[in-house]
Amino acid sequence: MAEVVVFGIFATVALAGAISMIAAHNPVYSAIGLLSTMFALAVMYILLDAHFVAAVQVIVYAGAVMTLFLFVIMLIGVDKPDAYGRQVPGQRIVTAVIAVGLFAAIVLAARSAWITGSDAFGTFELNGTIENVADELFGTWTIVFLSTVMLLTIAALGTIALAYFGIEVEDEEATL
Amino acid sequence: MDLVVTSSWYMILAAALFSLGVAGVLIRRNALVMFMSIELMLNSINLTFVAVSKDLGLIEGQVAALFVMVVAAAEVTVGLAIIVAIFRKRSSANVDELSEMRG
Amino acid sequence: MTDLIWLVVVIPLAVALLNLFLGRRIGEPLSGWIAFAAVAVPFAIAVGPTMGFLTGDSEATTVHLFTWIPVLGVEAEILWDPLSALLTLIVTGVGALIHLYSIGYMHGDERFPRFFAYLNLFIASMLVLVLAANYAVMFVGWELVGLSSYLLISFWFTKPTAAAAGKKAFIVNRVGDWGFLVAMMLIFAAFGTFDFHTIFATAPGVLSVGMATAITLLLFVAAAGKSAQIPLYVWLPDAMEGPTPVSALIHAATMVTAGVFMMARSAVLFELAPVTGGIVATVGVLTALLAAVVAVAQKDIKRVLAYSTISQLGYMVLGIGVGAYSASVFHLTTHAFFKALLFLGAGSVIHAMSGEQDMDKMGGLRKKMPITFITMGAAWLAISGIFPFSGFWSKDEILAGVFAQGGAWYILWAAGLVAALLTAFYMTRLFVLTFLGRPRWDDGIEPHESPNTMTIPLIVLATFTVSLGLVNTPFRLAFEHFLEPAFRGVAHPEGLTDALLVVLATVTLVVAIAGIVIAWRRYNADVLPVEEGGWWDRALAGFNVDDVYGRFIVAPGKAASELVADADATLIDGAAHGIGVGVKAVGVGLQPVQSGKVRGYAGLLAVAAIVLIIGMVVVGGGF
Repeated sequence: MAEVVVFGIFATVALAGAISMIAAHNPVYSAIGLLSTMFALAVMYILLDAHFVAAVQVIVYAGAVMTLFLFVIMLIGVDKPDAYGRQVPGQRIVTAVIAVGLFAAIVLAARSAWITGSDAFGTFELNGTIENVADELFGTWTIVFLSTVMLLTIAALGTIALAYFGIEVEDEEATL
Repeated sequence: MDLVVTSSWYMILAAALFSLGVAGVLIRRNALVMFMSIELMLNSINLTFVAVSKDLGLIEGQVAALFVMVVAAAEVTVGLAIIVAIFRKRSSANVDELSEMRG
Repeated sequence: MTDLIWLVVVIPLAVALLNLFLGRRIGEPLSGWIAFAAVAVPFAIAVGPTMGFLTGDSEATTVHLFTWIPVLGVEAEILWDPLSALLTLIVTGVGALIHLYSIGYMHGDERFPRFFAYLNLFIASMLVLVLAANYAVMFVGWELVGLSSYLLISFWFTKPTAAAAGKKAFIVNRVGDWGFLVAMMLIFAAFGTFDFHTIFATAPGVLSVGMATAITLLLFVAAAGKSAQIPLYVWLPDAMEGPTPVSALIHAATMVTAGVFMMARSAVLFELAPVTGGIVATVGVLTALLAAVVAVAQKDIKRVLAYSTISQLGYMVLGIGVGAYSASVFHLTTHAFFKALLFLGAGSVIHAMSGEQDMDKMGGLRKKMPITFITMGAAWLAISGIFPFSGFWSKDEILAGVFAQGGAWYILWAAGLVAALLTAFYMTRLFVLTFLGRPRWDDGIEPHESPNTMTIPLIVLATFTVSLGLVNTPFRLAFEHFLEPAFRGVAHPEGLTDALLVVLATVTLVVAIAGIVIAWRRYNADVLPVEEGGWWDRALAGFNVDDVYGRFIVAPGKAASELVADADATLIDGAAHGIGVGVKAVGVGLQPVQSGKVRGYAGLLAVAAIVLIIGMVVVGGGF
């Protein structure tokens, strides 16, 4: 029962955050909305016994990614609300239709025969502790792990290159 | 009322978040907000993975979610760098203006 | 020797190819002499086996060459019987003489070897037609002969009238060919084979009267095309555009007789359809009359002879119609000789007059061209039907055959007599205007006798013209007996006593003499009668039959083909063009999809994702 309540509250938070992310005029408000969604999702993970994942969610996503986002928002100077004019007429309706359609499609697919999602829950004993995850990560999925390491390295290098050697700068002062 | 939170609930939530992310991509013109919507979509995927892993009792779901997070982080890094580079040149955050590859 | 009879076809064909490809290198006159040999040798080959028929020793034989169409059971076979032997001799004999003549006549023509190649091709084709043992092989020869005729008529194709004449001949012949083909189909439907032997043996039992009438009428349509009967005769006067040897060979002696020959061959079938016989006879005699009337008014010497040929063919067709088959074939034979002689003689005159063909500009040539004068005189008397020349005997036999039918046929007999009168009249007119009276030619023309290569054939032909008649007098029907095996089972004209025959012959003779006398008095005078205005002009123009055809057949045909051409340009070309335009339009229409806007692409992605999900679910097993 407690689970239901917690789920209900934080699901609401997540959805509210997502909606505000879409709807807010000010990009900073959008970022805050997303941030709150991520926190809510972290709680969800804990509910699902994925403790390590929850921790990483908070540290990496909420802590690093969103910070980076806010940082860039401030840097680019788009903290001012951007104009909403010049929208293609009917775009919002089309978007709404698409979004609803997609949601419906996914839900319907989830109910169909070839997705073997069962309603039974919690029959398995799952311990999402860091030890178990580490066992998997460095055991079976070593190579994948190392690949992601390389990916991160390359991404960092790429970013530096982009900043340093990238598109010509109009004023000398703009450095990253 | 004997209500139990089943994995379907989580997956429906994830589907809703995903759809909202798609709506965000389509409806906003600010490049950064679009990018954030993509992040939202990735998060919803993560939720699905973890929910199913709990459902099946396999830890691989959580491992997958971790990998998604790592890759998303890398992607954010590079993507933001690109956006910054573009907007340093144009001083505008409007993606509609980036249509030089029209056909 | 009979087994080698196929050589008579192969030799001219081979030499034709030789002259076609190497002719220019062989050059004049050698190519002409080779071509002459290619026809003379077959004549020699054919003489031997024919002798057997004369003595009554040989029987009709079929020489099998190869299997041609196994599916239809058609074999390439030669039927060697008295009828085909006779025609072979005529074709090769007269043909050889004409080849010899052409060496002199075509001297100096730059396409000399090509001419002889075409001539040999014609000989080979005609022999295929004549020697055929079934309708299929005969049709091959039929078509080839039409082709050769076209090639030869339009030999001087740079002249627009010659090219047009060749086309006209081919196209009008085509109408006849249609008749032949449909008749062949009916024959095959009734008999299951094209073979003469089988058909003629079983026809009386197999064919109903209606079927026989249909088949024979269609065969007559074919014969009308080739043998220039109403309404398909219009090509023959125009065919005079070809060189005179061509007119002599094809349009006097051989090709035009193919129709008569084919009907004679199919005598058994015609016997089963009395209605067709009546139609054939009527058309024949009408053609004879009409052509004779038109011939009276012609000024061009060759055109007179052309209409004369049509008229004489009408006689032959008349004979077929009344069932006097051997009489028709006899007239065919005599006509081949004297008509060829007439044409060659006319060619000699034209040659001497440096190309002049208008009789108004001739006259008094008998002193300048004695040999031509004498030989043509023999032909003139023969065609007019004067005793004892050959034409007298053959024409008379046909008329006797008509008379023997009695009843309404007397009308046809009387019409035939009128035509005989006219024939004598216009031929005398031709002869007198050309050779007698005062010279009327233009200055600068020096008529002279023709070289030996041209006069020798004239003499040979004249000999036959004079003597051939004696082969088949009513008192000694050698010819008819000769042809007996071919016409076995066919009725012969009955009720002709010897006395009646003499009476009829005398009547014909009197009529002919009357025609000659009238014409002689009229034209052998110092002042020639003016032949203009009114009926003279109408007859000269052939009663404008060509114009009628032009207006009612050619013009609609042309309009139809122009319509189709326009339809092709607009519809078909338009469709092809339209596809291109359509594709381009689709491309232009779809262009906005690639707007370059990220959100647009994202939207498409989302929609595609929805479609795919639903699709996979539906395919995977439904909701």
